[in-house]
Amino acid sequence: MDIFANLWLGLSIAGTFYNLFYCLVGVFLGTAIGVLPGLGPVATIAMLLPITFGLPPESSLIMLAGIYYGAQYGGSTTAILVNLPGEPSSVVTALDGYQMARQGHAGRALSTAAIGSFIAGTLSTILIAAFAPALAAVALQFGPAEYFSLMVLGLIASIVMASGQLLHALGMILVGLLLGMVGTDVNSAVPRYTFGMTSVADGLNFVVIAMGVFGLGEIIANLENETDRSVMTKKVTGLMPTKEDWKRIIAPILRGTALGSVLGILPGGGAALASFGSYALEKKMSKHPEQFGKGAIEGVAGPESANNAGAQTSFIPMLTLGLPSNAVMALMIGAMIIQGIQPGPSVMTDQPELFWGLIASMWIGNLMLLVLNLPLIGLWVRMIAIPYHFLFPIIIVFCAIGVFSVNNNIFDVYGMAVFGVAGYIFRRLDAEPAPMLLAFILGPMMEEFLRRALLFSKGDPMVLVTRPVSAGLLLVAAVLLSAVLLPAIRRGRKVAFQDD
Amino acid sequence: MIRIRGEKDLGIGAIYLALGLVGFIVARSYSFGTAGRMGPGYFPTIISALLIIFGLVTIAKGFVRDGERIGTINWKGLTLVTLSVCAFGFLLETAGLAVALTALILISAAGSERFRLEMKPLIGLVAINIFCLAVFVGGLGLPLPIVGEWFK
Repeated sequence: MDIFANLWLGLSIAGTFYNLFYCLVGVFLGTAIGVLPGLGPVATIAMLLPITFGLPPESSLIMLAGIYYGAQYGGSTTAILVNLPGEPSSVVTALDGYQMARQGHAGRALSTAAIGSFIAGTLSTILIAAFAPALAAVALQFGPAEYFSLMVLGLIASIVMASGQLLHALGMILVGLLLGMVGTDVNSAVPRYTFGMTSVADGLNFVVIAMGVFGLGEIIANLENETDRSVMTKKVTGLMPTKEDWKRIIAPILRGTALGSVLGILPGGGAALASFGSYALEKKMSKHPEQFGKGAIEGVAGPESANNAGAQTSFIPMLTLGLPSNAVMALMIGAMIIQGIQPGPSVMTDQPELFWGLIASMWIGNLMLLVLNLPLIGLWVRMIAIPYHFLFPIIIVFCAIGVFSVNNNIFDVYGMAVFGVAGYIFRRLDAEPAPMLLAFILGPMMEEFLRRALLFSKGDPMVLVTRPVSAGLLLVAAVLLSAVLLPAIRRGRKVAFQDD
Repeated sequence: MIRIRGEKDLGIGAIYLALGLVGFIVARSYSFGTAGRMGPGYFPTIISALLIIFGLVTIAKGFVRDGERIGTINWKGLTLVTLSVCAFGFLLETAGLAVALTALILISAAGSERFRLEMKPLIGLVAINIFCLAVFVGGLGLPLPIVGEWFK
């Protein structure tokens, strides 16, 4: 069996001492920032990117991936103990998890979340190993027209699934595309939108944008409403679920995994949407829907499995198509480019060690999280108790040093400050910045693919709709867009995101 | 009289319109080319034009449909956080890492409602300085100037 040979290759890469160490660092950091509300994986990965320059590509991606799925574990801890979502994807976990904690079952809620996440992580790793090669094989047949249409679909999907106003999000995509144009045009060597500044001749640095918008911008927004947090400081006991619990959680875990895996693959999907979907599903399936919101263990098991599965499978489009499905994946693509790897379907064939090593590391990382998290719960509880006004200056310190170290250029520090202000303004105006970052990364690629597609067709734009695969992708994008414009679904989105 | 009904729509629409206009005007100095041979101005012009349209539509929506108010802006946090980062940028090469870090932390922390100059946070300040020197300069070997040009 190919899949086992491949996974074995992956395990032999991820299992080296060096890579195990970086995997551990990644999941540990990921859990820590997941526990802390107000600091997410996007800002953290952006902060750590400069440090990954010196690492081999495998180790760097293994660590960064660990931060992302580690954050899913950490987010649930805060949700259960403080009734605050550490991450957006654990919003629904707080509903029943916190109630369980109040009834003295914090230990069972935490272990259910961890076990659910682990099972979901294991199954979705196998899923990636099984389906990614097939998808990459299809993608290798793609021409420039297909790639262009695929990216259009990716951008449209990212806003459909995102919260906030549709019109604003579409505008943010265009802003991102325009920002992506800054720098020297590869074909004509004409410097575009540089306004004479040599520092942006190679284009805007996406670490600067990501840290400004997601790091600083979020801090400024958070400073608006500083609230005290009350932590369940009571000792967490009774960590293992009972036999009765196992019977109740196993079906929700499997359903959550399935749902999360599917939603994660979709562009714009990922962890947050998966957990909302799973909670709604479990409530519908349950024989006691009235228990939901009052400490139903199914309401913890399902969404926690779903968000971890979604976090894992969102790597599939990134690894096979070179298409980021969310802001974290956009940063992962950036990390690959920094390492000199061109993301796309050829990664799997050209760099099998990197590809399978990363996938195998996800399973190892999940195992580490399961083993580590429960004993370390005391540490996390103490971390949650750190007040935000001590925390945020330290975050800014790491942002500032990180952004400077990318190119050892002071200009980038000022650039980050500018994007911090922009990020705050966008937030205040209900314009979500994540689609902008996606568009920024995809912009130059889209231009290049469009140019090639039109070159082959001698300037006929119909090539995008006469090639069947390209037409199909554009059709899906159009259907998605019009679906959101329908009032009924618009209301549905509002309900799904009202807790955001 | 025309009344503003959606402040947020109007605000973001104005930003889109402004960016679109700048993008469009600047892109006119790049050769547009033809569809078959896209010049450096081709894609930016299309994007900017779309951005202008979206800006106008969003602004129009702000006048026609009821939307949310912008509300009070956190000027203190916005100014101090931005200023702290700029101070870091200015001081890093002139005065060195330790001074730059101290300025960054003190200025940004003042952006919080809970800012107090007490013993505990000051110890924290020193600790962060030592941590950054030890980990980033000592451990990771990042080329951060420990002592700036002013003191040389």
